[in-house]
Amino acid sequence: MATKKNTPVVEWDYSPSLEGTSHIQLKKQYDLFIDGKWVKPSSGKYFQTINPANEEVLSEVAYGNEKDVDLAVKAARKAYKEVWSVMPASERAKYIYRIARIMQERARELAVIETLDAGKTIRESRDIDVPLACNHFFYYAGWADKLEYAFPNRKVESIGVAGQIIPWNFPLLMAAWKIAPALAAGNTVVLKPAETTPLTALKLAEIIEASGLPAGVVNIVTGFGDTGAAIVNHADVDKIAFTGSTNVGKIIQKAVAGTSKKLTLELGGKSANIIFDDAPIDQAVEGIINGIFFNQGHVCCAGSRLFVQENVADKVIAKLKDRLNSLYLGNPLDKNTDIGAINSKEQLETINKYIKIGKQEGAEMYQPTCSIPKKGFYCPPTLFTNVAQSNVIAQEEIFGPVLTIQTFRTVDEVIQKANNTPFGLAAGVWTDKGSRIFNLTTKLRAGVIWANTYNKFDPTSPFGGYKESGFGREGGLHGLSSYVKLV
Amino acid sequence: MKKNQDKKNRFQAEYLNSPAVDKVGVEERVARFQTRSIKDASKLQGLKMALNMIDLTTLEGKDTPGKVKQMCYKAQHLHDLLPGLPTVAAVCVYPSMVKIAKKEVAGSGVNVASVSTAFPSGQAPLDVKITDTKFAVDEGADEIDMVISRGKFLAGEYNYVFDEIATIKEACGKARLKVILETGELATLDNVRKASDLAIYAGADFIKTSTGKIQPAATMQVTYTMLMAIKDYYDKTGIMIGMKPAGGISTSKLALHNLVMVKEVLGSAWLTNEWFRFGASSLANDVLMQIMKAETGVYQSSDYFSID
Repeated sequence: MATKKNTPVVEWDYSPSLEGTSHIQLKKQYDLFIDGKWVKPSSGKYFQTINPANEEVLSEVAYGNEKDVDLAVKAARKAYKEVWSVMPASERAKYIYRIARIMQERARELAVIETLDAGKTIRESRDIDVPLACNHFFYYAGWADKLEYAFPNRKVESIGVAGQIIPWNFPLLMAAWKIAPALAAGNTVVLKPAETTPLTALKLAEIIEASGLPAGVVNIVTGFGDTGAAIVNHADVDKIAFTGSTNVGKIIQKAVAGTSKKLTLELGGKSANIIFDDAPIDQAVEGIINGIFFNQGHVCCAGSRLFVQENVADKVIAKLKDRLNSLYLGNPLDKNTDIGAINSKEQLETINKYIKIGKQEGAEMYQPTCSIPKKGFYCPPTLFTNVAQSNVIAQEEIFGPVLTIQTFRTVDEVIQKANNTPFGLAAGVWTDKGSRIFNLTTKLRAGVIWANTYNKFDPTSPFGGYKESGFGREGGLHGLSSYVKLV
Repeated sequence: MKKNQDKKNRFQAEYLNSPAVDKVGVEERVARFQTRSIKDASKLQGLKMALNMIDLTTLEGKDTPGKVKQMCYKAQHLHDLLPGLPTVAAVCVYPSMVKIAKKEVAGSGVNVASVSTAFPSGQAPLDVKITDTKFAVDEGADEIDMVISRGKFLAGEYNYVFDEIATIKEACGKARLKVILETGELATLDNVRKASDLAIYAGADFIKTSTGKIQPAATMQVTYTMLMAIKDYYDKTGIMIGMKPAGGISTSKLALHNLVMVKEVLGSAWLTNEWFRFGASSLANDVLMQIMKAETGVYQSSDYFSID
């Protein structure tokens, strides 16, 4: 028996293992992709997009305004009327498959650019974002010529021009979630990527160009909030799909009120991750980590409210703290990095604001000792214990690597607490009892509930929320139904 | 026996707390270790560590003094063309070969490990297992690799298995005891975790996955589950327990993935042959080949690495 370490401990650290960037091609300046052509913004204005990991400028991107949006919508309308809605569905499918295949061929380039522009780790871009984005195109390509079987006894028609506004947390993946079902159902698209992460959408435009997709079927207009507003307010847009903050979602819903525009909203969340005492504890700890620290917590369905049954709380919290110390924070391009950069300076400030509030509220904070790179925007993984439902940090969406931990005693209590939120996007349940899983899944008011896992995504599975987390579903058949008229 | 009883009581309290193990979650965690990118200096360091953790093994009915002597020479002279290489940690043989092995490795720092307790099936009466163990220890074995009675374990006779391990531990004297769970026969990760806890509380110095005679052997899922048992025990008691995956680890890449797992679960303190071993017969040459590649920049044919 050795209680002391007899031999001196030799540390074994991983040497830097940076993903190469020499194979990627980024232009100095990107124009708008309208009607199959690269068009200069009518204002002549461009804005910079930076790498949040080191604050270096990556490229300049066109700032689209109302005029540009109008041009894009007109192109989309023309393409819809003359080409896309009248094309045989099996032909449409071929184009969508082609886009998916070219994305796969250029997966490495897309992954690296995603990491550079968004700050997310190369492991996630490479293993999750890009493959999943490709899979969404593949999946919906399959539906294109089977729409009449998708909704039995109903006749299916396309809607028209879809205006789509996507967030910065999964830039390419969100573009895929939006574009793939729209195209499969025979609609045309005007898409606006987020201002901090426009590059992979522009790369996707290049891929769409290479695929030979008819001009105007997909238009990509980069810009800021006013660019998005121009899309929302454009009279000739038939459908708005928005993923982003609840505040902006509310503005959009007001704006389309009284119009015939269809609307789907994927908004914020404050999702409960619930650990029962009979759960596989070590796997649950991994699930908690993955639930909140995946993509630096920039995940609308992040398991940001942890509920642990009181009789195992000490154990779980001790294990969590221990596990935080084996996470690598740093350069997102390093293949061994677990936690990358916060997407923008603004977001880092928001997160830090909440951390400060948490401390002021008297919650106990824990952060592992890890070195933070001098340049770039980083936030260490953060736990708050001693938290109640009444704490601001347990109520508002932080959208960062910050976990609040509450305890509970009984099943009823945790259901009540989990549902006691304006949001309702996702939840996680960890238990060895199958019956308990089904009990909770029926009572938790959340669009997605994971059992003994967290943050699992698949194109076949619908995703979306209750209450202030939005309405409408993306993915699967439900996702398709948002882009069709059933007659 | 009083001592055993105390231990058992203590264990049973813990045993009730053996956590459930979710296979899907374990697979996911293990996949993460496998995405770690080990390059340059850390690769070379890892390879040399791995070499020094190998229990070079021959456990065959056809083992002869000649075969054992050749293997013992290899254990101390892994690749003399490259100076500065470590030796392996130990040679692992049947009890009848311990004396020969002990003589061959004398003074080299290489330990002699002997399997015992009616290896590999363990289907023998307890007194035979005790005799088997004592014989190996008397012949000079530094380490004893015992097998648990899987039949008894699967029949739910945990007390029997616990007592057996504790008894063999006593018979080991100063020799360190590795307890082979033969996880390929335990079938579920829940059983692997339960057996790990049982072995640790009964007195194991090391827990070991497999005999090498049953497939699957040392999968990373199984090793991970056992490492978590070691971690929980250490967090509770401050006592370190060693880990030995055995069987099926024949490539450098897999060995490095195992080391990544040990480092990230237990920490660098376990990264010595005092606490971690590979039970393997063909791993050494693959590691040597990779070390030569790292040193010279080119791969050499397997014909340049001696097979003993």
